Order: sequence, then structure tokens, then C-alpha cells
Amino acid sequence: MTDHPSDDTPVQDPWARLRAATPARIGLGRNGAGLPTGALNTFRADAARARDAVHAPLDFDALAAGLPDLPVLRMASAAPDRPTYLRRPDLGRRLSDADRAALAPADPAPDLVFVVCDGLSSAAIATHAAPFLKIVTEQLSDLTLGPVVLVREGRVAIGDEIGGALGAGMVAVLIGERPGLTVADSMGLYLTYGPRTGRQDSERNCLSNIHTSGGQSYETAAAKLAWLVREARARGLTGTRLKEEAPALAAPDPAKGIGAPD
Amino acid sequence: MPTYRQTLGQETFRFDSLARVMAAASPLRSGDELAGLAAESELARVAAQMILADLPLREFLEEVLVPYEEDEVTRLIIDSHDAAAFAPVAHMTVGQFRDWLLSNAADTAALKRLAPGITPEMAAAVSKLMRNRDLIAVARKIEVTTAFRSTMGLPGRVSSRLQPNHPTDDPAGVAASIIDGLLFGVGDAMIGINPATDNVPAAIALIELLDDLRQSYEMPTQSCVLTHVTNSIEIINRGAPLDLVFQSIAGTEAANRGFGIDLAMLAEAHDAGRSLNRGTVGQNLMYFETGQGAALSANAHHGMDEQTVETRAYAVARAFDPFLVNTVVGFIGPEYLYDGKQITRAGLEDHFCAKLMGVPMGCDVCYTNHSNADQDDMDGLVTLLSDAGCGFFIAVPGADDVMLNYQSLSYHDVLYLRESFGRRAAPEFEAWLEKMQIVDAQGRIRAEDHRLIQSMAGRRAALPA
Repeated sequence: MTDHPSDDTPVQDPWARLRAATPARIGLGRNGAGLPTGALNTFRADAARARDAVHAPLDFDALAAGLPDLPVLRMASAAPDRPTYLRRPDLGRRLSDADRAALAPADPAPDLVFVVCDGLSSAAIATHAAPFLKIVTEQLSDLTLGPVVLVREGRVAIGDEIGGALGAGMVAVLIGERPGLTVADSMGLYLTYGPRTGRQDSERNCLSNIHTSGGQSYETAAAKLAWLVREARARGLTGTRLKEEAPALAAPDPAKGIGAPD
Repeated sequence: MPTYRQTLGQETFRFDSLARVMAAASPLRSGDELAGLAAESELARVAAQMILADLPLREFLEEVLVPYEEDEVTRLIIDSHDAAAFAPVAHMTVGQFRDWLLSNAADTAALKRLAPGITPEMAAAVSKLMRNRDLIAVARKIEVTTAFRSTMGLPGRVSSRLQPNHPTDDPAGVAASIIDGLLFGVGDAMIGINPATDNVPAAIALIELLDDLRQSYEMPTQSCVLTHVTNSIEIINRGAPLDLVFQSIAGTEAANRGFGIDLAMLAEAHDAGRSLNRGTVGQNLMYFETGQGAALSANAHHGMDEQTVETRAYAVARAFDPFLVNTVVGFIGPEYLYDGKQITRAGLEDHFCAKLMGVPMGCDVCYTNHSNADQDDMDGLVTLLSDAGCGFFIAVPGADDVMLNYQSLSYHDVLYLRESFGRRAAPEFEAWLEKMQIVDAQGRIRAEDHRLIQSMAGRRAALPA
């Protein structure tokens, strides 16, 4: 028997008003101390979606096919597989030896290079990277854009090595953020001026929560990135010192230590 | 620096420092592999455990893992060591200490007297020789009670933090999660919010919301907004009704600097909190969070394995008579604790070591979606910790924290501890639950009272109509 039916008729459901106020899983009902089967299965489905987003390999062919008309480079980090990637963040921040050797300065030197990493949500990149890049590259058409570099098992800092080797003025890393149960396909973006190995997280500016389930829209994120890129070029820096001038644009918060796979 | 050797069959294992022995003796976890400190083989781990078993406990007072001159946490550990309390075990090796802890001679009273004589490194060392069931069997003999408006840690009781986080700190959304939790009898340890916007005015708004609700219903619990300790001092200076002072802490001076704190700052915050005199049945008011991997992630672990450096955070906590401490055991991610097995082990270690040191340790039984863990692992850990006498857990609606994006225990899981194991709420809060008719005379949750929901919801004018 159900002690707290969660399917009361709307007139009787005292939770209706409260549910409207929060995405939290309130008013689920219970059987003894147990979750009703329906609520349990909903949770399981959301958890499965999040786990799949972490572990499902990104289809890089499909991604490359949908990208705007820029040269594409395909690379891999030093993490050979997903279990290693999850255990060894240091390897996800470095290119594989073969790819490092193959990378040469671009001619002409690009103002900006986009690096696209699977990160912790392949679903985020599969869904959002191509449409976002289409919008943002149109807004930045006056700049010299380098190739779009697609990286398997990458973390944010791998953009430093790639951007440095290509001789890019700036690098923008698109990356799948750690999935939650509510949103499993959230994309983050990290802009770094003067990319080179050893840049600190405090030297980047971050746009997070780019997705289509109530997050930042592609248009909003593209406009913010365009602003950041122009400000960074004018001042010759990114990071907390740029953030101070633009309080609406957050730099990554190292104290929280969660979210994107730095 | 001494060298430590152990021969097993044809093989001799050498470790060039006590820290390396400790690290190699630690059950396998990803954070020690990441730091390059894990045992090189299973047999090397056993060799290190054998070395540890034969080491005198006194060795940890002489061979400090971070130099006294360099680290204020080491100075705190050495300077506050209670030699009289230590005396009954001062002649023992780590192995003998394990045997004694498991014996009936180590009863609740003896363990209480012993606590000030136990340093973090001694607790860590003996834990590395213990199986999970040993950690449970000893921890359940230890009682650590503290109080503010409700009493924590009494035998047969378990308390919970109601964690009503909201992605935008929306007052109506926070209130909705609080109401849901109270109807499950959750919240006797505290109602504690991780703010999405971490600044002083935002924290004051949340503190006032919590205090209004608490006073309106005369709830014998405490509120907390988990903001930096410097913000809490400022909030107190501005006259807001702050109950508990929160801070994340770690086991080295350098790691604490990474959190933007030092011991003097914690002392200042502790004094500021005490000056308000808001407790009714006690004045313990510091609330600390810890977790294995924090020092390594700040690159401030000084070559110590993540479990050993974690225990040093309990010395920091102990110095400020905390109301509660909890390890956020699975929050930090798979590069520090890879899967359910490692999270479970770490949770039991953290609880045991802190309790052995006399610290009121609870647990955020939790995991992230990139860890190799799921709610079944959490069911296991909470059941084991409950058996170990853990007195405090965190609970969120439906196990899903919609602000921090991780999974903890649910309100239902707190009810599970009450129904399946007969663990009762703090006595002050239990009486309140009965007065509010949320529980019946037997302490069992009644069918939910729609009038109470409407009444509480009505307190918040901001709730959508």
C-alpha cells in the first residue's frame, strides 16, 4: 500500500505549488521508507542518461561532418581510454606523443583556435558543439580562425598545448561538463589568451551551462564569447583580471572544484 | 631519514620514509595512484602493513610527516598531544593497538579517555591495518556528543542535515525542499544550504529565511549557510542570526591556505560565533567539511597519501570543539576515489579515524556521475555507517542535489535508518516532531498533513500561487 500517494488529484495535491518552485525531487511519496516504483525508475533513467553521457564514445565523424567550413584536425590526448581519462586528469591535459609531433604552426598565425573536447559529456558536444560553432564563427568572421581541433579524451588545459603549437593568439576550448541528473548535456567554454603549457585556471574565462534545457542559449554564449575575445585582444589577457571588468562573466571558481574537467 | 624494510619470501621491500610506508600500506585508491604514492604491488602493500604493525605508536610523535617548523597543523598536533591520555597505549605497536581496540578492554569509557592522546597519524596508521568490519566494530563503541539547540551523537540516534539547495537560491524553491524534508523528520542536525551565489548579502538573505522558519515553528535545530569563514565573520558583524559557522578544512597549512584559511582565522570565527550565545542546550557551533583528495588537489599533500593527510584535518577540527564534521566522501571525483568500493572504504576510514580522535564525524554519503558508483553503493555505505554508529548524514530531496549536481542520500534514506534500524532523531527534535504531529507517539512518520504543508508554504509569500 502507498502511505503517501504521489498521484493525488490536482485539487488535493499540496505539492503542486511547491513543485513549481524548484527542480528538486520533492513530494515523491513513499512506501514505508521506500521510493514509489515510478519515482525510482525516473531517477534511474536520469542517472543512466548521465552515466551514458560520460561513457558513450563521441562520434567524431558525425561531429566533423556538421562543423562550419573550417579545416579540421583530429587528435587524442595522452589518456588512451575512458577509464584512464577519469583516473588521470594529468594525461587528459597533454597530447599523445604522435599528435604532438604532428602539430606545426599554422600559416597565417590564427587569432583564435577552437578546440573541441569530449570532456565528461559526449552528449553535450555531440548536441551543441556544431550549432554553437556555426553561430560564433559567423560573429567572429573578421578574425583569422585556425583549424577546429577535435580531441578525444581531452581536458581544458590541453588547449594550451594545442594553441601554443599552432601559434594561436587565443584558444577557446569547448568541452562536455560533468553531467547532472537534470541536465546531462551541458557544454562549457574556456577562453585563454596566449595559450602555452602551464597556464593557470585563473588565466582563463569560462562560460558554463551552455545547453537547450534552460541553460545559456547558443546566441547568448556566442555574444559573450565575441565580447570576451575582443576585450582579451585589446588588453592582451584573459582570466580573473578580465573578469573584474565584466562581472557578469564568471571565471572558473577553483574553490568549487566541480563541473568541467579542467 | 630512516629506511623501512620487510622481507616476504624471497623478496625484500624497502621504503625510504615513514610517509611512504603509510602510503603503501593504504588500501588501493585512485588518488594515491595519481600522486605516484600507491603500493607498487599487492605484496608491497602487505609488506608495508607488516612494517606498520611493528612500529611503536610513539614513532608518530618523533617522526613527523611534515616538518614542525613548516606547518602549523603539525605544530597543532604535537603541541596539543595529551601525554596522560596517551599513556595507556604508549607502549604499544600499531598492531598491538589494533588488537587492543578490538578487545573488550577498549570500551566506550576507555576510548573516550584515550581520544586526546591519539594523533591523526596514529589513527591513520591503525586504520590501514583494519578491515572494514574492524573499522565498524571499533567505531560503534565510540560516543562523541555535542550540542547547540539539539544534541548530536547520543546512542541509538541518528541526525540529518536537511540540504535544500536550489540552482538560483530561490527562496520559494529552498522553502519547498525544506517542507518536504521536515515531513520526513529530516533536519535535526541542521538545515544547511550551499548557496549558488556566494557572497555576504545573498547568505544573509538565506540565513534570515531559515531563521524565520525556525522561529515560527519553534524548531529545535540550527541553520547554516555554507559560505567562507570570512563571510561568516562579516555576517555576524552585520547582526544577522547566524547559528553555525561553516568551513572546508584540510590537513596541511598549505592546503588550508588553498581554502583561504589558517588556524587563527578559524579561532576568530569560533570566537565570533560564541559571542552570539545562540545555543540553548550547548555551544558547539563550528561545522567543518573534509574529504580525501582535498590536499592532493591543492598540490599540498607533502608526499602523504590521501587518507593520512585527511586525518590531519580532524586535528584542525578538534581544536575548535565542532558541532559536527562530515566527510564529503564521494564528491571530489574518480581521480581520488574511483568507484563504490573505494568510496565505501574511505567513508568507513574517515568515520573511524575522526571518532577515535574524539571528533563528531558524520558523512555525506555521495558520488558524482563520472565516478564508477551508484545509489546501490550508497545504500551499502549508509547501512555500514549506520552499523558503525555514525550519528550524522546529509540528505537531499530524492538523492539529487540540483545545485551541486551530485547524488547524496535522500530524505527517504533517513527514514530507512529509522524504520529498519530503529535509529531515532535527536531527542529535542523528536519531541518537536511529535508536537507538530509529524510523527506519532511511537516516533513513526504519520501520513502527511496537508494543512501543515499549506501552513509552512504560507510562511513564504514568494511561493507561486
